[in-house]
Amino acid sequence: MIECTASELLHLLATGATTAEAVTQTFLQSIRDRDPRIGAFLFVDEAKALDQARAVDAKRRRGEPLGPLAGIPIAVKDVLCTAGMRTTCGSKILQNFIPPYDATVITKLKQADAVLLGKTNMDEFAMGSSCENSAFQVTHNPWDTNRIPGGSSGGSAAAVASCQAPLALGSDTGGSIRLPASLCGIVGLKPSYGRVSRFGLVAYGSSLDQIGPFAHDVHGAALLFEAIAGHDPRDSTSVQQPPPRILPKLDEPVQPLTIGVPREYFGDGLDAEVAQAVRAALKVYADLGAIINDVSLPHTRYAVATYYLVATAEASSNLARYDGVQYGHRAAAFGDLVDMYCKSRGEGFGKEVKRRIMLGTYALSSGYIDAYYLKALKVRRLIKNDFDKAFTQYDVIVGPTSPTPAFKIGEKVDDPLAMYLSDIYTISANLAGLPGISIPCGFTKCNLPIGLQILAAPLAEEKLLRVARMFEKETDWHTRRPKM
Amino acid sequence: MSAANPAGRPCITTMSLSTDQVRWVAHLARLELSEAELTALTRDLAAIVEYVNQLQSVNTEGIEPLAHAVELANVFRADEPAPSLPVDAALANAPQRKDDFYAVPAVLD
Repeated sequence: MIECTASELLHLLATGATTAEAVTQTFLQSIRDRDPRIGAFLFVDEAKALDQARAVDAKRRRGEPLGPLAGIPIAVKDVLCTAGMRTTCGSKILQNFIPPYDATVITKLKQADAVLLGKTNMDEFAMGSSCENSAFQVTHNPWDTNRIPGGSSGGSAAAVASCQAPLALGSDTGGSIRLPASLCGIVGLKPSYGRVSRFGLVAYGSSLDQIGPFAHDVHGAALLFEAIAGHDPRDSTSVQQPPPRILPKLDEPVQPLTIGVPREYFGDGLDAEVAQAVRAALKVYADLGAIINDVSLPHTRYAVATYYLVATAEASSNLARYDGVQYGHRAAAFGDLVDMYCKSRGEGFGKEVKRRIMLGTYALSSGYIDAYYLKALKVRRLIKNDFDKAFTQYDVIVGPTSPTPAFKIGEKVDDPLAMYLSDIYTISANLAGLPGISIPCGFTKCNLPIGLQILAAPLAEEKLLRVARMFEKETDWHTRRPKM
Repeated sequence: MSAANPAGRPCITTMSLSTDQVRWVAHLARLELSEAELTALTRDLAAIVEYVNQLQSVNTEGIEPLAHAVELANVFRADEPAPSLPVDAALANAPQRKDDFYAVPAVLD
């Protein structure tokens, strides 16, 4: 049962073959068996999960209408506020923080009758590509536990990949859903900016952050996406346009289909096996009648630099709130008020977070703001223009999600720049506000997953998911599970 | 022209970030750093700043900054009171509380 997709579980529940309580018990047992080796979860509330599951069973028995996720257990990245349940963002500075409210997406999960299993591990404040920056634990890739699962939503990705949860939520600011999905061999979707409310999402880069689903298959991702998407008056950056109803049309191929393949994505640094798997995936589309052409996104080489100025600048502002005044860690000993801020923050934040706060502060500081932050915002527009132009000719843009398969734990921790370059293919979508998905498209000789990234124009999730489903129907990569 | 800058494009600075500059940024960011952290951060930041300096070579004349991917206009709602977080809930995570306030060291001398 733990290897089932969300839709298979929904079917078992609908036919009465099993109960929500039994499903939750099964996944809680999987967590007990497997998580000591994986380290996906920071916090599991068994009693609460079972209560939720029993409530769903009672609703079903009474013949009451049920939400679209009724009885499905879901793991949630610890960057999302869950009322009454510790939310740490992987940081010592929020080690004991208990939010007094639910994030909008959590409220929506409850309305959909989902079962919340627990909170998953992440790079601190979503800053990282490997899940090694958590203050609490390292998460291990279920396909090779000596390797990273990707970050920053590494815990959520590993939980789904290792069958501890059929669905999970993550957040993506520079690739933090798509990259771990790729490295863990599952589906991960970053919706268009503004599609999903950020109310209750602890902010990292406010113009870049989006919440999105992890699942074994495209159907599961679509199911969870539909449950969480929509305008929210409490998030003034959420778009008014109602989200598309994708599930009924998911199996309809997009025809004709034109695919742009950025030539800049196939240069130095791309692992040969990854390139091979992506080219093979493109052939699958070609065999389905898709027209596939090279396209140029000339500002690709500036994307990482642009991101690490824009995101860090925004982060330096967003993380200014962690000052020991209203919540979070306050130093035990300090002089005056400013000293309290400096010591609380110095003691509470990890290395990577400090690095990024410092970089962002520098980029915004007087004398440097024009050359760094504002310059980066201009290059950001050029990057977006490249995509706008490409989408006038192509339905989707396809390439690798990650330049390499999962690397070893500890391999890049001492080289921040090398770590930043993991995001080279994912980062532009956040800068341009595009929806993007990573789907499994193969394995290396060492049995490490390879992900295919598909990007579409803003608000084109329906087309994106249908294109992804076209590939999935012809292949079985998404049915593989790691031996544990 | 140099090996590091073969096209001879203008550099914003050819000096690496100094420890004093990093100390100043830490002050702006209200971050207390140990000497060891300061040294490590100076090294890391210098490398990252050198990397991001490549943006100087991009021609952005006439290009408007893009702060937001989705260019929404300001969103307003009617100024109508509605229930909000009760005081106890809002203060529940306070490191130090005094009556209905967060207790902090003196703000003014």
